[in-house]
Amino acid sequence: MSGFGGFVLRRGVGAVITLFAISVIIYVVFYATPGNVAQITCGPRCSPEQVHQVAQQLRLDDPLYLRYWHFLEGILVGRDYSTGTAVQHCSAPCLGLSYQSDQQVTELILAKLPVSLSLVLGAMVLWLVLGVGTGMLSAWRRGRLSERVLTGITLAGTATPVFVIGLVLMIVVCGELHLLPFPQYVAFTDDPEQWAWNLLLPWLSLALIEAATFARLTRASMLETLAEDHIRTFRAYGVGERSVIGRHALRGALAPVIALNANNFGSAVGGAVLTETLFGLPGIGQELVHAVAVVDLPVVVGMVLVIGFFVVIANAVADLLYAVADRRVVLA
Amino acid sequence: MSEALVATQAPGTDTPVPGASGARSFWRRLRAQRAALVAAVVVALLVLVALFAPLLTALEGQDPTTYHPSLIDSARGGVPVGSFGGMSAHHWLGVEPQTGRDLFARLVYGARVSLGVALAATVVQVVIGITIGVASALGSRWVDQFLSRVTDIIVAMPLMIMSLALLAIVPSSFPRPVLVTLVIGLIAWGNIAKIVRAQTLTLKGLDYVSAARLSGWGTWRIARRELLPGLAAPVITYAALLVPINISVEAALSFLGVGVKPPTPSWGQMLTAADVWYQAAPQYLLFPAGALFVTVLALTVLGDGVRTALDPRAASRLRVGAGRRRGAGTGSGKGADA
Repeated sequence: MSGFGGFVLRRGVGAVITLFAISVIIYVVFYATPGNVAQITCGPRCSPEQVHQVAQQLRLDDPLYLRYWHFLEGILVGRDYSTGTAVQHCSAPCLGLSYQSDQQVTELILAKLPVSLSLVLGAMVLWLVLGVGTGMLSAWRRGRLSERVLTGITLAGTATPVFVIGLVLMIVVCGELHLLPFPQYVAFTDDPEQWAWNLLLPWLSLALIEAATFARLTRASMLETLAEDHIRTFRAYGVGERSVIGRHALRGALAPVIALNANNFGSAVGGAVLTETLFGLPGIGQELVHAVAVVDLPVVVGMVLVIGFFVVIANAVADLLYAVADRRVVLA
Repeated sequence: MSEALVATQAPGTDTPVPGASGARSFWRRLRAQRAALVAAVVVALLVLVALFAPLLTALEGQDPTTYHPSLIDSARGGVPVGSFGGMSAHHWLGVEPQTGRDLFARLVYGARVSLGVALAATVVQVVIGITIGVASALGSRWVDQFLSRVTDIIVAMPLMIMSLALLAIVPSSFPRPVLVTLVIGLIAWGNIAKIVRAQTLTLKGLDYVSAARLSGWGTWRIARRELLPGLAAPVITYAALLVPINISVEAALSFLGVGVKPPTPSWGQMLTAADVWYQAAPQYLLFPAGALFVTVLALTVLGDGVRTALDPRAASRLRVGAGRRRGAGTGSGKGADA
């Protein structure tokens, strides 16, 4: 057990180091750019004096390491910002102020987070159910026509960009068949039923693509498990095929699926950005695209860090889950 | 110590080391898969279309950037004049709403951008991946530690998010297709580096590499002459899977409006406004979406085929009958059926 505890500790420390490194890299890459941040922030019509003023306000003249230090300080203990006329306190975890609106990035992200979480978590339930279900079904119907059809569909699914399937769904379901109104985000706390109805299409768009990947993995993992000795023993004892697949083989095949789900988090977040933009959901992804378009660096850096934080956590969880499922990993 | 372990496993190693005959049997195994063969033909056609884009548009008599105000109905908000989005003998696939730019020309030139960016980004990823992976495996312990950490960090960065963010800070005067290529290439080399490192560590323990070392060959010569050929199979396999991913990422970035920008055509970018026009000009949505779908599908199937051809054992593992004993496992059973 101490071996496992040590593994958890090592993995945790590794995650913290990774996060720190990511923050340094992102900060340096974004703030040591050739482009003149003050000019971009101020806009093309600003006079040189105004640009100079903005540069002073943003403390762009300080050396980079000092600015990073203040940035880190802001995240850990909070910091004060002078907005020209007044001083604004930004409490920890402070990710800075938006160049465009002077709004605190942390507040901005917290305001958008429920939308993105609703989208990703809801879609995750769908893609796990759909993906694992389809994978099991095609492993069960192996060699028959239905398996070939399922394999074809999942292959097409992995090849379809998420915004293409979203576009098609939106046009067919909302535009042509009028089955659903064009999605408009309603907060869960306001009206859970409307929340679900409006998120149904975004969930489907994101989930169908991810489900295809999971179906392929589940099928492969399932077939490998089905070829193992203990399954043969179950069969020899006369356990029904449905029970062999649905209970015994599934248990063995699920470990890589769970690991992939956590590891896949990064690509799912990327898909969520597209889904949010396409359906006009006011989440982190849409805000990030907007911030990129107007070069609002504190917002971009803050959001990338927060997303990176979630991805690093998800990867660490994936490793732990894998280690729980297969204790040999700990020894490696 | 781990090297010694690997060396004793050498006879049963999973890695086919392709020489001249390896390449021949690779083609034979690739051709044996009907789906992969069809996909290869489709990909070859797409590459030809991309290469000969100027010729094809000259044949049609159009180019991708000229506005045709006479072909759009400004009274109806910029809808193309005529049925099916303005399809005619002069404009084979109709014209773009609002601008009247020729859709066939944009689609064909879009193939250049999509394939060009994806392939070039893959080359960048492979070159960085091999360099870091081999250096990591052959370097001292500290070099390995450092490079492996860097690789871990790179792998932890979500490709879409990072490339989206990076595109914010580069001046807009920089040529966008090159920029998108570099951004995708510089972010997503982590997995190749990991695969190359693992494979190089395995190869390093093999007899023929030890023999070269004992003959007094330098590290560089060993890396180039003895290791690189052995790295070909896993690198090609993974690179083949990367190309369709890169195409999707480029399309996604351009769709979001931060990738390739007009007037340069790109399939993803063409879809940005397509949903507004689907009733008046359905082909404006269908053709780029269809082109993307067919391209990514063909490349994915081809990638699967390449993997099967290079690692037949992995493929046959999935086809093994349910009741039959598993031949080569993922760990301890390695080489049991060799």
